[in-house]
Amino acid sequence: MTSKEALYHYVLKMGDSSLIMGHRLSEWTAHGPVLEHDIALTNIALDYIGQARMLLTYAGELEGKGRSEDDLAYWRDAAQYRNSLLCELPNGDFGQTVVKMFLFDAFQVELHEALSQSPDEQLKAIAIKSLKESKYHLRYSRDWVLRLGDGTEESKIRIANGLEAVWMYFGDLFAPSEGESVLVSDGIVPETASLRKRVEETLRKTFEEATMAVPDFDAVMQEGSQRGIHTEYLSYILSEMQSVTRMHPGATW
Amino acid sequence: MVKSPATEKAWEVLEEVKDPEIPVLSVVDMGIVRSIEATPEGLQVVITPTYSGCPAMEVIENEVRQALVDGGFGNVEVRSALHPAWTTDWMTESGKQKLLEYGISPPQHSTVDKSVLTGEAKHVVCPNCRSTNTRMQSQFGSTPCKALYVCNDCLEPFDYFKCI
Repeated sequence: MTSKEALYHYVLKMGDSSLIMGHRLSEWTAHGPVLEHDIALTNIALDYIGQARMLLTYAGELEGKGRSEDDLAYWRDAAQYRNSLLCELPNGDFGQTVVKMFLFDAFQVELHEALSQSPDEQLKAIAIKSLKESKYHLRYSRDWVLRLGDGTEESKIRIANGLEAVWMYFGDLFAPSEGESVLVSDGIVPETASLRKRVEETLRKTFEEATMAVPDFDAVMQEGSQRGIHTEYLSYILSEMQSVTRMHPGATW
Repeated sequence: MVKSPATEKAWEVLEEVKDPEIPVLSVVDMGIVRSIEATPEGLQVVITPTYSGCPAMEVIENEVRQALVDGGFGNVEVRSALHPAWTTDWMTESGKQKLLEYGISPPQHSTVDKSVLTGEAKHVVCPNCRSTNTRMQSQFGSTPCKALYVCNDCLEPFDYFKCI
């Protein structure tokens, strides 16, 4: 596999993850617990989707078959999606949503930080741009993990249950995209083990500070996203997202 | 940047193109317009998005093009560049003043990335009574670029333009 093909798969994984994360989070719009957090969750969803647009546009260029961001988003089925499994999981309650966001944001900050040094100019530009936003996202989700984890009896139960529900999907964030090893040896993307170590450090510190039980980092995790094997939740979110485009191909207004 | 009569006129035209979300600021005040170059093929304008998810960008791109065409520039190409990433440091001083008068507390000087993680920016000014005794209500406001603050002295809730 050429470096360019491998980069296509890598960028596609990133773009799909941001898109599905953003689309799922947007389900909170008009359903937030209070107005400020309705606005916050919607803002963050918008950032994720903005990042997805940059990434999917770039993936389309790398692929070289003339596919646009919209072609990639609306005309692929679940088996062709490469988003991390974590992103497609249902929102659950607010506790589950913020802990899911926290795992993703901790990963994103480290990934964007590392890619800010990439010799690939476009990936680097996207990473530098996204890092500014990811830090805000992490600050938000981390604050809520601390507040709920070290909060009331009820909030402690909610956040612990939320973490329990999503934990088995944490490992899939690091599942290598097709041909990723080529990119690692060329120094274009960071090596997974060191990236994972840094993310786990953020998690460990935060969960300890939140007086929560630190989950088992060596637990057996679900995987499969990089082979197109997803949870049952992805096809539902895709069918909703894609329904109008597929009903009226090429429609403009 | 090389200034020529053509590009100077183009900058002047763009001073009149307002940010659709913050109508007191022009796209030049915002630092969205990065460069204007006059080439034999026409005018080449480079703009940069503020936030990657900012829904105003497409409107801005169209308005920039339209304003220049209306201003007598024939061939106008508007291109979006991600690098270098937009920062609130690019907002002009007059832009910051206009923001404050409009009721939005302007971003503080010099972006320090770490301040995002360690704590909120200090001395956010209340646009109503100019007190700096203010507190953050929410990191996210009515648009991606703003946070919600409240003044502890006059109790006015207001938008603060986040530093990035």
